[in-house]
Amino acid sequence: MTAPERYPLTLRINGQQHDMELEAWVTLLDLLRERLDLTGSKKGCDHGQCGACTVLVDGKRINSCMTLAVMQNGREITTIEGLAEGNKLHPMQQAFIDNDAFQCGYCTPGQICSAIGLINEGQAKTVAEVRELMSGNVCRCGAYPGIRKAVCAIAGIDGGDNAERPVVTGTVPA
Amino acid sequence: MNPFTFSQADNPQAALAQVAGNASFAGEAVRFIAGGTNLLDLMKEGVMVSGRLVDINRLALDKIENDGEGLRLGALARNADTAYHPLVRERYPLLTAAILAGASPQLRNMASNGGNLLQRTRCFYFYDVGTPCNKREPGSGCSAIGGITKQHAILGASEHCIATHPSDMCVALAALEATVHVESARGKRAIPFSEFHRLPGDAPQYDTVLEADELITHLSLPDAQHYAAHSAYIKVRERLSYAFALVSVAAALDIGADGVIRSARIALGSVAHKPWRKPEAEALLEGQKEDPALFGRVADVLLEGAAGQGHNDFKIGLARKAIVRALQTAVQGTVPNTGEPND
Repeated sequence: MTAPERYPLTLRINGQQHDMELEAWVTLLDLLRERLDLTGSKKGCDHGQCGACTVLVDGKRINSCMTLAVMQNGREITTIEGLAEGNKLHPMQQAFIDNDAFQCGYCTPGQICSAIGLINEGQAKTVAEVRELMSGNVCRCGAYPGIRKAVCAIAGIDGGDNAERPVVTGTVPA
Repeated sequence: MNPFTFSQADNPQAALAQVAGNASFAGEAVRFIAGGTNLLDLMKEGVMVSGRLVDINRLALDKIENDGEGLRLGALARNADTAYHPLVRERYPLLTAAILAGASPQLRNMASNGGNLLQRTRCFYFYDVGTPCNKREPGSGCSAIGGITKQHAILGASEHCIATHPSDMCVALAALEATVHVESARGKRAIPFSEFHRLPGDAPQYDTVLEADELITHLSLPDAQHYAAHSAYIKVRERLSYAFALVSVAAALDIGADGVIRSARIALGSVAHKPWRKPEAEALLEGQKEDPALFGRVADVLLEGAAGQGHNDFKIGLARKAIVRALQTAVQGTVPNTGEPND
């Protein structure tokens, strides 16, 4: 049996250039976790359903489990490990601490990267829109009120601490 | 995922050369990969096997631009970039609303417009390689018939397949009468949206009429500004966000200052193997004013011949109510679907 074909690949990950050769079927998530020991990004479902693997590619949030590393050749990747500057946390990381936005912490790296992607996109203007645009990240501890507060605090949206929301059974916004 | 080889194409001709003659590699299909959000999922499950993936993300097919009175959407424009594009928001709010009702922000950042059209059914049995499925393995049988059928088709199904098409975006594209432009080494062709996806019949392995050597280059949307003020995409699902539809309705009305409906477009999602339209139902609305009884009759015509499979019998009544509600909502104005409770 011949060795599997490998493909040359250059990525900037958290500001550091990585040159490597990689099999085609390695997902970006598996590259980060298994080859580069960047285990902050989590493999929750591996099927794009939970958001725990969310990273930023050229500033845009994506599910790293649903893309091949070789497809991202030349891109700038930011993971949870790349957000703090030395001992100074990224404001979103600090907001998650300040607002009690996690319990077990497993979904948190994906939540924080997703929240930063949300801010970069600039589409969320209200609490309801923050909820909707964070819906790709599942938290099984149910820390959603804290997550919503943290994201609203950084996005400069008032009312993020207000848990009241009219939910009418059977109606379906976006 | 099965082992496969990989290449990147710099221009459409190079990409098409790789799939010309329905090329295979190590006995398995050579396929294009764009966003990858559905193909890689299916390859991880072993539902789809590829010999080679040709990465088309570097092709210059990601523009959204004016096209006469209409709009041209590049096949590689991302779903998020399409939904939030100023020209789409202004002139095709129905398309924005439908795209934003689907998937998650991360997936919409990845998924391409061409790929959205080619996504495959989320039928549990299609995904479960341990069960027979005519779509996955022609001739093996349909496990859904007589199985768990809550998500399955109520219209256009066959004895071979009762799967539904899962897209939200495609429901709006059907209502807006988009055209799908494709290219192969053999030439180019333009396919009306209503003819792009097909009913399962006795060949459910084919979701669309796209040939294996063809590449979707772009979609074109005809002028639809007369519908922009009165359109609604109503999606009924089991949680408020990030779930596939049980039933969805795209409704667009052209209403004059006198309140008379000049023309109407309605398409249904998650009820059939393709977005469901029936021009004779739409024609009932022409020259009429808002009238719940009339909307009910329109729904009845749209749903003519609907048949449940057991667990999904509820979809027939649900679809009827969703159609009436979508029409009533569209009469009131246009719904952006941004997540506000009043959307």
